[in-house]
Amino acid sequence: MPLSPAEVQQQYGIEADLRKQVIQSFSQEKCLWMLRSMYQTRFFEENAENLYMRGQVHGTMHLSIGMEGSPIGAMAAIEPDDLIIHHHRGHGHTIAKGADLVTMVAEFIGRDAGYCRGRGGSMHIHDIEHGNFGATGIVAAGLSVAAGIALSLKLHHDGRILLSFFGDGATNEGEWHETLNIASLWKLPVVFICDNNQYGMSMAAEKVMAVEHVAQRASAYCMPGVTVDGSDPIAVYLAVKEGVERARRGEGPSLIENLSYRWRGHSKSDRNLYRTGGEIDEWKKADPIPRFAIHLMEAGILDEESIDRVEKEALESIQKATEIALTLPEPDPARVEDEVYAP
Amino acid sequence: MSSPTVREITYLEAVREAMVQEMRRDQEVFLMGEDVGTYGGAFGVSMGMLQEFGPERVIDTPISEAALTGMCVGAAMMGMRPILEIMFFDFVTLSMTQLIHHAAKNRYMFGGKVSVPMVVRAPSGSGTGAAAQHSSCLENWFVGTPGLKVVAPATQADAKGMLVTAVRDNNTVIFVEHKLLYRTKGPVSDGLYEVPFGKARVARPGKDLTILAYSIMVPRALEAAALLEKENIDVEVVDLRSLRPLDEDTIHASVAKTERVLIVHEAPTIGGFGGELAAVIASGPAFDRLDAPIQRLGGRECPIPYNRGMERAAVPQVEDIVRAARKLAREGK
Repeated sequence: MPLSPAEVQQQYGIEADLRKQVIQSFSQEKCLWMLRSMYQTRFFEENAENLYMRGQVHGTMHLSIGMEGSPIGAMAAIEPDDLIIHHHRGHGHTIAKGADLVTMVAEFIGRDAGYCRGRGGSMHIHDIEHGNFGATGIVAAGLSVAAGIALSLKLHHDGRILLSFFGDGATNEGEWHETLNIASLWKLPVVFICDNNQYGMSMAAEKVMAVEHVAQRASAYCMPGVTVDGSDPIAVYLAVKEGVERARRGEGPSLIENLSYRWRGHSKSDRNLYRTGGEIDEWKKADPIPRFAIHLMEAGILDEESIDRVEKEALESIQKATEIALTLPEPDPARVEDEVYAP
Repeated sequence: MSSPTVREITYLEAVREAMVQEMRRDQEVFLMGEDVGTYGGAFGVSMGMLQEFGPERVIDTPISEAALTGMCVGAAMMGMRPILEIMFFDFVTLSMTQLIHHAAKNRYMFGGKVSVPMVVRAPSGSGTGAAAQHSSCLENWFVGTPGLKVVAPATQADAKGMLVTAVRDNNTVIFVEHKLLYRTKGPVSDGLYEVPFGKARVARPGKDLTILAYSIMVPRALEAAALLEKENIDVEVVDLRSLRPLDEDTIHASVAKTERVLIVHEAPTIGGFGGELAAVIASGPAFDRLDAPIQRLGGRECPIPYNRGMERAAVPQVEDIVRAARKLAREGK
């Protein structure tokens, strides 16, 4: 059985006092940005679903609704010029890393002005300008690319670090293990972050992993491994921050496992045959966004009114981006072979 | 600087010289692979390079082809120019995820916002008694993958010049070497030069029939041509060198001239690159000029066997080319 939100909080949560302390150490601007990013991710995906239903989105998509705590908590722990590489469920990472919403929606609806000029769609969204090396649709294949980027950073004594995100399913791929071994061996400046939503498509993590937790696998590669409450951005922040500092010191990678849960199916074809409605409902009651909003209020950073305003503005930003994106032209099918080769 | 001198060196030395000279020229070029450092590479191609460039540019690795290939993709996207040595071309099966899904597609999937300038060097081919898992010719898999370039030089001079071009190319290049060519000698300039992709080379002009070949089959075709000359059969040998991009013009011109064509490669015939070449000719301007059906001579439909006699029988030898060319030259006359 996947862990319930209460179990995750009990076993892997942080103390309320510590959370409050961390929030109070942040600027109000940073807290606003984190909350806004979570709302934007939620509304972006709900909007994407809606566009899909209306036939505006051509292909499938993998929604991270319910998992908004991990990307923003991680992004709060890095500098703006640090790099990331993520996975097929990476809309939250892309928004948290500073993506332009119009360009993002434009890619979803296959427009030439989209991040991939209409050639990639949801599964290949990237934002090179903001240091986001994109999503890959091949499970675990992003890790070694991340390690290569980190190798380049190391060889150039660059100072930046990279966050490599992947799902729980990725940790059963051979390449995942090859990469963790090399990254640890060569002390590459990378932090490996597992967005463990407890299911690889229909397979509960416990049915496919010989270990109980992904983080346990870190010990095989001589790196720190920690499991945290992935629905709490502050818990994620603290763990990632430690990994980032270690990477920046030249001591090599860490493995952080953010335990969370996806409310929606794996993709649009999912009929939820492998889990109960009760289980999903329980997680919906533990929605990470209002939970974080309450934490911000408890810390005296934002009041209810300003939280409502953040929510409203986030929704409007997605609506506005969609309106603009829908007016943008589609790519010319005659240019279908453009961009295969670099000049 | 003194002017370049042409000397006789081996194919292996030519490959090494291209890497060394490019690494001296460009700090972003590095070599990565299993045993490429202290050992000097399984075939000795990178011998001595660790001493000159140090372990950060001649990088010995764990046996982890999948991850290494992905790491080269990542480093290349950051603007570096990795050269990845795959110890035997066969082991590229372990790199396929990264080559097919990232190296070939990232630029396109990302709408042209990145490029992946890396070189994958891979010794292919049979003839060393290494049996089925260390003797494969897999170039056709990559020729069928838009986003990749594939070259297979036959001469020492091309091995050097095309590797220089490959390193400087802004795309991923599958650089097919051949184990039996490594020890062959030929004239190579000690200067730095590029041999462009997409340009075939007429290795031997002739008027009676064309042999299209690449890699090890070029010297075999030339040997066959020399034997056939004694029978008054004048063979033109076209060394394709670059499979993707392909120099169709030179193929059409040669076939239009000789009106007969034999396609030779070491990989098995069915599904091999020869089928594509035959289609290029059959749908091209020289088709009307053909005096006989297009012929293909490829490897036999089996894995490469161990036994010496069987191994020879499994891929085209000089005598097989002679026989096939002689038959074709006489056909319909």
